[in-house]
Amino acid sequence: MSTPDKLHLNRDHALHLLRGMLRIRRFEERCAELYTEEKIRGFLHLYIGEEAIAVGAMQSLTPEDAVCATYREHGHALARGLPMTTLMAEMYGKRAGCSGGRGGSMHLFDAASRFYGGSAIVGGLLPLAVGIALADKLQGRQRVTACFFGEGAAAEGAFHESLNLAALWQLPVLFVCENNLYAMGTALDRSESETHIFRKAESYRVPAESVDGMDVIAVEVAARRAAADIRDGAGPRFLECLTYRFRAHSMFDAQLYRDKAEVEAWKQKGPILRFGQWMQETGMLDAAERDAMEADIAAELDEAVAFAEGGAAEPVEELTRDVYTEPRS
Amino acid sequence: MSDAGVEMTYREALREAIREALNRDPRVFLMGEDVGRYGGCYAVTKGLYDEFGPERIRDTPLSESAFTGAGIGAALGGMRPIVEIMTVNFSLLALDQIVNNAATIRHMSGGQFNVPLVIRMATGAGKQLAAQHSHSLEGWYAHVPGLKVVAPATIRDARGMLWTALEDPDPVVIFEHVMLYNRSGPLAADAGAVPITGAAVRREGTDVSLITYGGSLFKALEAADALQQEGIAAEVVDLRSLRPLDDATIMGSVGKTHRAVIVDEGWRTGSLAAEISARIMEQAFWALDAPVGRVCSAEVPIPYPRHLEDAALPQVPDIVAAARATLGR
Repeated sequence: MSTPDKLHLNRDHALHLLRGMLRIRRFEERCAELYTEEKIRGFLHLYIGEEAIAVGAMQSLTPEDAVCATYREHGHALARGLPMTTLMAEMYGKRAGCSGGRGGSMHLFDAASRFYGGSAIVGGLLPLAVGIALADKLQGRQRVTACFFGEGAAAEGAFHESLNLAALWQLPVLFVCENNLYAMGTALDRSESETHIFRKAESYRVPAESVDGMDVIAVEVAARRAAADIRDGAGPRFLECLTYRFRAHSMFDAQLYRDKAEVEAWKQKGPILRFGQWMQETGMLDAAERDAMEADIAAELDEAVAFAEGGAAEPVEELTRDVYTEPRS
Repeated sequence: MSDAGVEMTYREALREAIREALNRDPRVFLMGEDVGRYGGCYAVTKGLYDEFGPERIRDTPLSESAFTGAGIGAALGGMRPIVEIMTVNFSLLALDQIVNNAATIRHMSGGQFNVPLVIRMATGAGKQLAAQHSHSLEGWYAHVPGLKVVAPATIRDARGMLWTALEDPDPVVIFEHVMLYNRSGPLAADAGAVPITGAAVRREGTDVSLITYGGSLFKALEAADALQQEGIAAEVVDLRSLRPLDDATIMGSVGKTHRAVIVDEGWRTGSLAAEISARIMEQAFWALDAPVGRVCSAEVPIPYPRHLEDAALPQVPDIVAAARATLGR
């Protein structure tokens, strides 16, 4: 195991990163199929195209750190180590899901890995991340809280209030902005006067940088550096990761707001395509190994789908459970 | 209530409760606007900053969303925060955090996470502060599953509810009516924690039940005195808890008096008074000798001039008239 603050880019680690991104890609492709089969319902926001950010940034965290994410968080949950089985069961709304089936795609939770959701209110978890970090600081723990959000959150008041509070109190928060250029259908330059989101963070005296979010190594390097500073007690850090969503905002989006050519151009810069090609060119991965990796992931996915299919639905009699903590008997 | 106690104000009772909590549990801290150096907008926390320091009596920027969310996060992180929102009027800036995060996280996470957070805020009108500083919106919060909502009216409850609320594993919102802070009364030296569920009969009577809470309790008691002069024995029920409502005590009283008047400083439309009236219809209709009466605020933003503010709010003569009406007088 490498230490969280240093990147050791050997073959094993490169394989680990590629595998991490591929697991997310294949999981979500299957989710999209299952959606059309009406096995998964509600909203389904796919992370396809943005996998390098969750996988890269997560390398900087230890198991004791905390993660807050958005409604486009399947990738973060997988990269954080939630099993594909309970994740898929959650997509199905089954009792065995990672949130007991009550949350669904947008509300993935896992106490064991300090994964605090899964919030479907844009910017809504930034204040929580600040508070989790405050609790760690007050209790003298050297932990990082990583908070992922889209660039749309920068238009919300909670974003500005949270950055100010984190900077003012020098709290151990790693803010990771996933700038995919569209807040649902609204292009960044149609909604922000300052389109470099990291500059907003700098205005709160949070050290911030812009990162190529399509490059898993670039994200990992930046995140490790930021997390190391945070662990040293240097206060919050901010990464703006430039990325692109290859699929629609949700399953109900006809994508009339962007050109197909633009989407295609970004796909050519895809994080898995690029990194996979680089690994092949440098001799880290041959075609047979890639096939074996794909076969492994397909098997894991089949197992996850079978687990979800076989999971029990929660009895309706339990409808009102988990609204309040049950009194201890 | 013991009458061999020390005389103290409602404000001092709240302060003693906060002081005790800070002394008893190192996880407890209080944060909010001007709670520290200034001593609290209503002077509840006066002196505590010097006594406990800036870490535990934590001044915040005017960022209701961020510091309320940070309270939720800190609760998730193992602390026992008390968030003071200066008034219910400003809590609207934190409504997203309270309704979308504090109230939902336990449920959405399938019971993995709970939010042991206490939020205190001032509520109510009566100080000629006009429309934006005179709201009584506790009924909105009482609408939301996942929250517990209490309204201490007496010195004893002001002193005793906080510790019980802090011990509760779920979010508790405490409403302190602005007209109560200066009220004083005796408090037993050994007065400890009190339950935060359950209503209390503050005055026994046989002819009509006056059902109320918070700042209106003393108006109802005064009305009961006036009614006594006319030979009408009014029972006064102090709800104490607005969510959950204590149906048993309400119906027990109505079953005895066969008449009910609900006094609620919220606006009539969609009010707590409407909810209680509906419950009486559902559960005690056949015990009623008269239609349920309501004394609520007039359907107008609270006006500035004294005489108009008085006219907008429930007043003792209104309560007396409504009680008489249930007796056909």
